[in-house]
Amino acid sequence: MNVPTDYVIGLSAILFVLGVLGVLVRRNAIVIFMSVELMLNAGNLAFIAFARSFEALSGQVFAFFVIAVAAAEVAVGLALIVTIHRARQSIDVDEVRALHG
Amino acid sequence: MTLDLLGFIALSIIAIVSAVMMIASRHAVYSALFLVLNFATIAVLYLLLNAPFIALVQITVYAGAIMVLFLFVIMLLGVERVEESPGLPYQGPVAIGLGFALVLLFGFALLPRGEGAMGQIAEGFGSPAAVGRLLFDRYLVPFEITSVLLLVAMVGAIYLAGVPSRKEAE
Repeated sequence: MNVPTDYVIGLSAILFVLGVLGVLVRRNAIVIFMSVELMLNAGNLAFIAFARSFEALSGQVFAFFVIAVAAAEVAVGLALIVTIHRARQSIDVDEVRALHG
Repeated sequence: MTLDLLGFIALSIIAIVSAVMMIASRHAVYSALFLVLNFATIAVLYLLLNAPFIALVQITVYAGAIMVLFLFVIMLLGVERVEESPGLPYQGPVAIGLGFALVLLFGFALLPRGEGAMGQIAEGFGSPAAVGRLLFDRYLVPFEITSVLLLVAMVGAIYLAGVPSRKEAE
């Protein structure tokens, strides 16, 4: 595909900012987590775009590792959310902000 | 306006709209499904960027495993029915304004570099064989460490899920 690299990086930046907005504005812990995944994907898109632009396959290998680490993080993060819900009956981050209990 | 550019613009619009709908949707299941659409669109972008292996890894792992996990937890906790507490009254517009400022900041930081058009690419770039050769050759140690990381995550998730101790059973 013969699209200037700048356009793909611009799309990656927009998606990243949308992820940041999701983390800042929403209070449902699961939607916040999904916005973090959106940010990770935006970073991956930048990696793949530069790998194509510089013809360096290492960018794709790094994107592969980011996907693997994101999978591990989602497993642990969702287990945490389930535990918090079991203890507090709520996953609204405004309500569960105290660390005690 | 080449066909490549038209295709890229169409895919970008789908990706951005699904991301916005993911953030704005009040129903958690709709958010998760919009995110699946976003991941699928990004996977198509990877295909067009000569990364077929990573595109299919994206669909298999992200859309096929991670988002299924999200949907499991959303339905397990029953939080799709939960109303979110109202935030600060001005939070929405301020967030959008600051987000716009962040995009402009990225633009100023990245655009003067001017990467420009993509050149020709070798045949077999991004194929599973090529990526696999790199994974098992130069990046063997990170590959093995990633497998240990996945094991640690699995142990952590099982522990957090709360295996009932034997003492409680007596």
